[in-house]
Amino acid sequence: MREEPLEQQLADLAVDAPADLIDRIVARWVTVESPIGELFVAYTDHGIAYVRRHGAEAAEEFRRRFQRPLVRAPRPPAGLVSALRRGRSSTLTFDLRGLSDFQVAVLRATRTIPRGEVRPYAWIAQKINRPRAVRAVGTALATNPVPVLIPCHRVVRSDGSPGEYIFGAEVKHRLLHDEGTNLEELHTLARRGIFYVASDTTGIVCHPTCRHARRITPPHRKGFRTFAEAAAAGYRPCQHCQPAPTVATPAPGLSRDEER
Amino acid sequence: MRVQPFRRARGYQSVSTIAETADDADRWFIELYDQHRSAVFSAALRLCARWADAEDLAAETFVRAYRAAGSYGPERRSQMRPRAWLMTILWNVWRNRARTAARKPPPAPLTDDVDLADPRQDVAEIAEHHETSGALATLLNQLSTMQREAIVLRYVADLSLSEVAAVLGIPEGTAKSHIFRGLAKLRALTRGGSYA
Repeated sequence: MREEPLEQQLADLAVDAPADLIDRIVARWVTVESPIGELFVAYTDHGIAYVRRHGAEAAEEFRRRFQRPLVRAPRPPAGLVSALRRGRSSTLTFDLRGLSDFQVAVLRATRTIPRGEVRPYAWIAQKINRPRAVRAVGTALATNPVPVLIPCHRVVRSDGSPGEYIFGAEVKHRLLHDEGTNLEELHTLARRGIFYVASDTTGIVCHPTCRHARRITPPHRKGFRTFAEAAAAGYRPCQHCQPAPTVATPAPGLSRDEER
Repeated sequence: MRVQPFRRARGYQSVSTIAETADDADRWFIELYDQHRSAVFSAALRLCARWADAEDLAAETFVRAYRAAGSYGPERRSQMRPRAWLMTILWNVWRNRARTAARKPPPAPLTDDVDLADPRQDVAEIAEHHETSGALATLLNQLSTMQREAIVLRYVADLSLSEVAAVLGIPEGTAKSHIFRGLAKLRALTRGGSYA
């Protein structure tokens, strides 16, 4: 073998960067149609990172928050369009780096609420084992980086009124209406002091918008103000909508400053 | 002597062709990336000798470069020497990581077991690559840290002597002697060793 100069051999050690290295550096963005108009969606190699209504400020705000270059993608990432159409995001992954553990927990719990159903803020707080942090849950959802896809609009006030929303309460109401959620009925029940609905044939108690609660025929519907009352009357919690307060055992390693 | 062109893989799309809607800073950055991605990645690969680590290192270098350049403005951007600047960032990232890694036991020794090939490349390419550079890359790891770093910056990343000195934070004369001794040692190793 002919010997090349050592300097040249060393220069030949240079290799081309892998083609997908760029995906770990830049974020891509697309616009997609959604039930509430055109959305700006930015994503990284970790998943969807940012969703806002399409407009110049969306990209600006993304750069400010994430400090990554932003490159337009030729087409939406796999699963995004169908997730928006079906109101289900179980096939999507999200890039929630940079959020607090608390906010990630809130968003994860929110993600489990199915289309057509809603849960109160307090339910999220229960589910993440922070039953007293109801207000903090509201704050965490108010700054949800990926609304619509992680359905923070499905978290409402216990009285059946929609509560606040990133895109305004009006839009929240419309989104829920499009998903077939009957907020008016929830509101009417709440005014009568009913926050849990049970079936006296199955002996199961649900949140009012749970799919299993909605199919209880009127003669067998029983309403309760609290879960404790329903439990005292012999009803057991629905496994789908999980109305029972979790036993509030503080998880190890969770301190108050985690909310930072 | 300026030895260049970096190898271009087939079907490799330049990122700048798809960045049509980026703002000024982003367009500048994408161009920077296209020009220097291979130098940065190659230097990272020769520093840490593992493909996956090199990807991490190169990605973090560019993200940090973008964040740092955010406050620079067009004038400062046009005045700087981008490759030396990127290498300085790369070296800082590398040192920070080495320091963090030193605090906990390393997952595996970083010596002879050099993971050179991209796991996704096809076998023929790996074989070819191993023949031309595998042995030399392994020998590189037998140099002292300073010699290896100076040589990687000078020949793999193709920096000038003054840039090498600036990145390593040492006088030019010192950089020169590190390179000279490193090359001499490499020559001795190639002559006496498995390379013949």
